Amino acid sequence: MDYEKLLAPAAQSMRPSGIRKFFDLAADMPDCISLGVGEPDFKTPWAIRDAGIRSLERGHTRYTANAGLKELRVEISRYLQRRMNLEYDPQDQLLVTVGGSEAIDLCIRALVQPGDEVIIPEPCFVCYEPITALTGGVPVHLATRPEDGFRLTAESLKQAITPKTKLLILPFPNNPTGAVMRRQDLEEIAQVLRGTDVMVLSDEIYSELTYGTERHISIATLPGMYERTVVVNGFSKAYAMTGWRLGYAAGPAPVIRIMTKIHQSCIMSAPTTSQYAAIVAMRECDDQIEIMRREYDHRRKLLVNSFNEMGMSCFEPQGAFYVFPSIQCSGLSSQEFCQRLLQEKRVAIVPGDAFGACGEGHARVSYAYSVDHLTEALRRIRAFLAELKG
Amino acid sequence: METLLSLLEKNARLSTAELGAMLEKSPEEIEQMMELAKEKGYLRGYRALVDWARVNGGADHVQAMIELKVSPKKNRGFDEIASTIADFDEVQNLLLMSGGFDLMLIIAGKSFQEVAQFVAMRLAPLDDVLSTATHFVLRTYKKDGALYEDEEADERECTVQ
Repeated sequence: MDYEKLLAPAAQSMRPSGIRKFFDLAADMPDCISLGVGEPDFKTPWAIRDAGIRSLERGHTRYTANAGLKELRVEISRYLQRRMNLEYDPQDQLLVTVGGSEAIDLCIRALVQPGDEVIIPEPCFVCYEPITALTGGVPVHLATRPEDGFRLTAESLKQAITPKTKLLILPFPNNPTGAVMRRQDLEEIAQVLRGTDVMVLSDEIYSELTYGTERHISIATLPGMYERTVVVNGFSKAYAMTGWRLGYAAGPAPVIRIMTKIHQSCIMSAPTTSQYAAIVAMRECDDQIEIMRREYDHRRKLLVNSFNEMGMSCFEPQGAFYVFPSIQCSGLSSQEFCQRLLQEKRVAIVPGDAFGACGEGHARVSYAYSVDHLTEALRRIRAFLAELKG
Repeated sequence: METLLSLLEKNARLSTAELGAMLEKSPEEIEQMMELAKEKGYLRGYRALVDWARVNGGADHVQAMIELKVSPKKNRGFDEIASTIADFDEVQNLLLMSGGFDLMLIIAGKSFQEVAQFVAMRLAPLDDVLSTATHFVLRTYKKDGALYEDEEADERECTVQ
């Protein structure tokens, strides 16, 4: 069989992840220290795990309603009200999905037609582009810059919008840079979007992990934005529930209705055990988020301080659990830097260009690791730089 | 101060520079805070967590937990007998307890015989000691918040997600 002929060209042309090979190599090195993962090191809080176990004991092992358990949707609606100042009707404005990733997929598929342009600020999480491409949409990459704190600026957005623009992806707090958008930044973006037909997919999966005194603000809370925004969020990062695969989308009823139809066809319903566990997460675990957030905050400060001290200038991230230091002082490319660091010092970090071309010159370092683990990795990176310069 | 203490409690080897970075203070300020914590008696010392069971296969190291019932003294309660017992070098931990007995000791010795000897010859004969119950430690799973089992391998996959 000539599979190359058989397989859909759009699927075949999806960017292969060069990262995979790199980290497989790392996994085979016994003394390798990785700072590469994108998920919490904490275990899911016990109360949540227990709720999952109890649901199994009671035999809740069937499909749920397509949009998710009513009880869970009610809790999500209360949570969004309580913590994000957002109001959604659990009846027709909320959809429980298989992780935030599915919600992103559904939202893009529900909105984007062949030829539609989707604006993707980079560096960013790597799924927006391939999903856009698979739907026949045209990804429009928009570079954010370190001098802007990796925020999306109204000016650059204005220049990227064309009559074909259908959707703006707003991935903040951002993976990999840790950048956040403050109220003023969002207000300026809203100013550009009001009066257009451009929709916003606001990926707020890291919304609970922001540092400093200001909490995350959703663009959907700004005047004129609620009706043009689909908020994507989930349980993975805030509640350390990555393996439970549970997220949700909240937005205007007509959009959520179509997303639910697609979801119904390809997924049926999100995992039932996870949904029962998530009810307890929303009801009882605000304090658990705070405990984890404080711990991340200490690590974040340790890393930012250490990288700046080493001469790897590091913008202070205000969200997520990544720092994105510049590796330019080494004179190497991101790929070279990370490969040599892995080979010579057995430390695995992710080259910045994996998150879009404009990530070149940086590397993503995750601090979803214990302080002991981080201090050892920092010691090795320091030695690596010293040898490079020596 | 509480945050500094809880960071140190988890890892006392962090440098003042590292602690300073995490708490947004200068190394000198951290130094001062640690001095103050010592003065106030918040910080009682810095010790390593040693898993003696792994050193020479655990030879020469036995631990026991001992429950003591004692008769308290007029005016001084349990303090007098407690301070007498605390003076024994073999006693690692000494706690006054609520419930079915009064004092709980954790003691260490080179062998079962040595521990038994200590209880029989030095502890039990004390005037105020009414009874003892000795429980030998068979295995330590967790101590002072640290797991003594082999750590679980980090199974997380490196991803760009």
